[in-house]
Amino acid sequence: MNDCVSVFLTGVGGQGILLASEIISNAAMLSGFDVKTNEVHGMAQRGGTVTALVRYGPKVYSPLICEGNARVLCAFEMAEAIRAAHYLAPGGLAVVNQYRIIPVTVSSGSAVYPENIQETLRKCFPRLCYFDATQKAIEAGTEKAANVVLLGATSVGLDLPEETWLEAIRKTVKPKFLEVNLKAFAAGRAAAQS
Amino acid sequence: MKELLSGNEAIARGVYEAGVRVAVGYPGTPSTEILENVEQYKEHVYCEWSPNEKVAFEVAAGACLTGARSIVTMKHVGLNVAADPLMTLTYVGAVGGIVAIVADDPGMHSSQNEQDSRQYARFAKIPLLEPSDSEEARDFLVAGMEISEKFKTPVILRTTTRISHSRSLVELHERVEHTPQGFKKDPPRFVPIPAWARPMRVRVEERLRAMIPEVSASALNRIEWANKDLGIIACGVAYQYVKEVFPEASVLKLGWPYPYPDDLIRQFAAGVKRLLVVEELDDFLEEHVKALGIACDGKNFVPNIGELSPMALRRIRAKMEGKELPQVLPVEEASKLPPRPPVLCPSCPHRAVFSALGKFDVVVTGDIGCYSLGVAAPLNRMDTILCMGAGISMAHGMKIAGEKKRVVGLVGDSTFFHSGITALLDIGYNKSAPVIIILDNRVTAMTGHQDNPGSGLTLMGEPTHEASIEEFARACGIKRVFMVDPLKYDAFIELLKNSFETPEPTVIISRSPCIVHDHSGLKPALKVNPDVCRTCKLCLKIGCPALEFTEGHVRINNLLCGGCSLCEQICPFDAIS
Repeated sequence: MNDCVSVFLTGVGGQGILLASEIISNAAMLSGFDVKTNEVHGMAQRGGTVTALVRYGPKVYSPLICEGNARVLCAFEMAEAIRAAHYLAPGGLAVVNQYRIIPVTVSSGSAVYPENIQETLRKCFPRLCYFDATQKAIEAGTEKAANVVLLGATSVGLDLPEETWLEAIRKTVKPKFLEVNLKAFAAGRAAAQS
Repeated sequence: MKELLSGNEAIARGVYEAGVRVAVGYPGTPSTEILENVEQYKEHVYCEWSPNEKVAFEVAAGACLTGARSIVTMKHVGLNVAADPLMTLTYVGAVGGIVAIVADDPGMHSSQNEQDSRQYARFAKIPLLEPSDSEEARDFLVAGMEISEKFKTPVILRTTTRISHSRSLVELHERVEHTPQGFKKDPPRFVPIPAWARPMRVRVEERLRAMIPEVSASALNRIEWANKDLGIIACGVAYQYVKEVFPEASVLKLGWPYPYPDDLIRQFAAGVKRLLVVEELDDFLEEHVKALGIACDGKNFVPNIGELSPMALRRIRAKMEGKELPQVLPVEEASKLPPRPPVLCPSCPHRAVFSALGKFDVVVTGDIGCYSLGVAAPLNRMDTILCMGAGISMAHGMKIAGEKKRVVGLVGDSTFFHSGITALLDIGYNKSAPVIIILDNRVTAMTGHQDNPGSGLTLMGEPTHEASIEEFARACGIKRVFMVDPLKYDAFIELLKNSFETPEPTVIISRSPCIVHDHSGLKPALKVNPDVCRTCKLCLKIGCPALEFTEGHVRINNLLCGGCSLCEQICPFDAIS
């Protein structure tokens, strides 16, 4: 699909996916690229799956992508990584948060949360960065920054310079949360590079 | 300066830049954020949530007749509600510019149908504009005002979910003021009594004819010549998919598709070997192209159900080329994943109502709002949905048809103000006896917590009169009216029981604020005492996301639990506290 880069974010409502999408968009804009994003609103926010898509390049037409075209798939929740696995391009990087949110279908006994999910993830994603982003966010200062930890890992799969990412974070997050978010970003980046 | 704006934010910016004075609407996904974003310009633009789209449309029409530029926003089904004023304002015409922004939802992400609202433009014989990204959304709002004033006509600006909720770059401009000259009395122009409506009717046709040369010459429509083996006519977001999947083709991009730009369509068709029309939903363009006597492909390749996507276009392309496109399916393991449907939030007061209704063998006619989620497992306690207000009127219809079971009609507070009042008036007037429950959570929650006539605040943040549902109910002739907190669960069940045994209509106002909007009701998370819990799993039947069943035990997720205590009240062993 031409020379655009696409990033697919997925998780559950309330995990901070839209902020992460905004930072990616800002980083791409600061790099001089055309940018389009798409988000799911409405019904899906009531505890349902939430996805966001960011595309950037010299000229972006479609706000949606074909399956098999995302350069990075960043999943804020483990099962959601598998649900969206077919969007990742061959050779693309999967960043998966080691974090489980039990859907009501499981609590009420009508469905089962997959066991041995780590094994499934390894099978689905040859390039997998799988770690506990919440733990790293707590180490950085607040568990609420787990989304920015995941963003740090995502940035490793993209070709924007580190300084641009930092600038985008400065532009997007509130000043009083800047330091903790910069730390969280660095922690995520380190996790993906190790 | 360029900013990354959603289509809805861009339209709001256009409202500001175009010198609009009055912006009104009713919330509805995917249109809601337009007015929410106009609010930031409230020093320049008066904005309000009206009780429903019909009222909103009429408010905008009144403003327009004083010469003020005005807009009205709604989702596609909202235009059905506003169709009455639309179909006659088209006769009366505009003084100040008036643009009705209608957001369609192909694929039904958050809607009960996927009607193609472009048909309304043809039905009402008025111009239709259709942007393909955020920059165009802003530009077309401004252009729509100019078209509206030049031809003295209301204009429809139609978006879809992917235009409304996608972000792209928009160059910002300054506001240009348009000062209204005030209402000028002119009854033959503004009063469509039959004698004056007949000449108006003629003017509608004349206006449409006068627009046609302008449409073909408009910068909103353009031909992008490339390889001439295939020419594609496209509009809206489908244009972007075409550019992505058919990069070599010539394209006729229609931003102002109605009245149809016949000359431009003929010119384009004559320049290409094969013609394809790519449009979401109906064959709105294709049918007309064929009526012009031009052969084209369209719905023989392009689905008319659901939304399009780059992948859908790749399949269309493969089919046209006689090829098989390998399907990219979800990985095999995905089929075993637990579904993650939207559910009522933890501590949502509506859950208590559905849980209580589960104890009775009744028919529940439902309505549009968060509480529509009460239809899903494990609550399973809603039997019908049609449109706003129908939760009440259909309950009446079932009763007068002789339905043997007790019938319960459900609506929300905003929905009651939208279309429920007249329905309740019908029950009082025509004397049926359903039980009506008004789920009053003090806000229009589903669309993201907008204020409404009952919430005591206007869109511009001013305190205002709180409309009383109770007084409305009594004024409609209902004598049994109760205002209760459904989280006083046993009393609520008792009230339901009594009401089902009474041969009189009953209105129960189930009042408890939306916990996501009003945090004052949040309490510390509850815990399950594992020594007392007998794992009967009764609490899991209320479908609360905070209740988890793992490794053979029920536990409460303390990050999600808001302490509403419904599970505590349901537990027969007092294991939750």
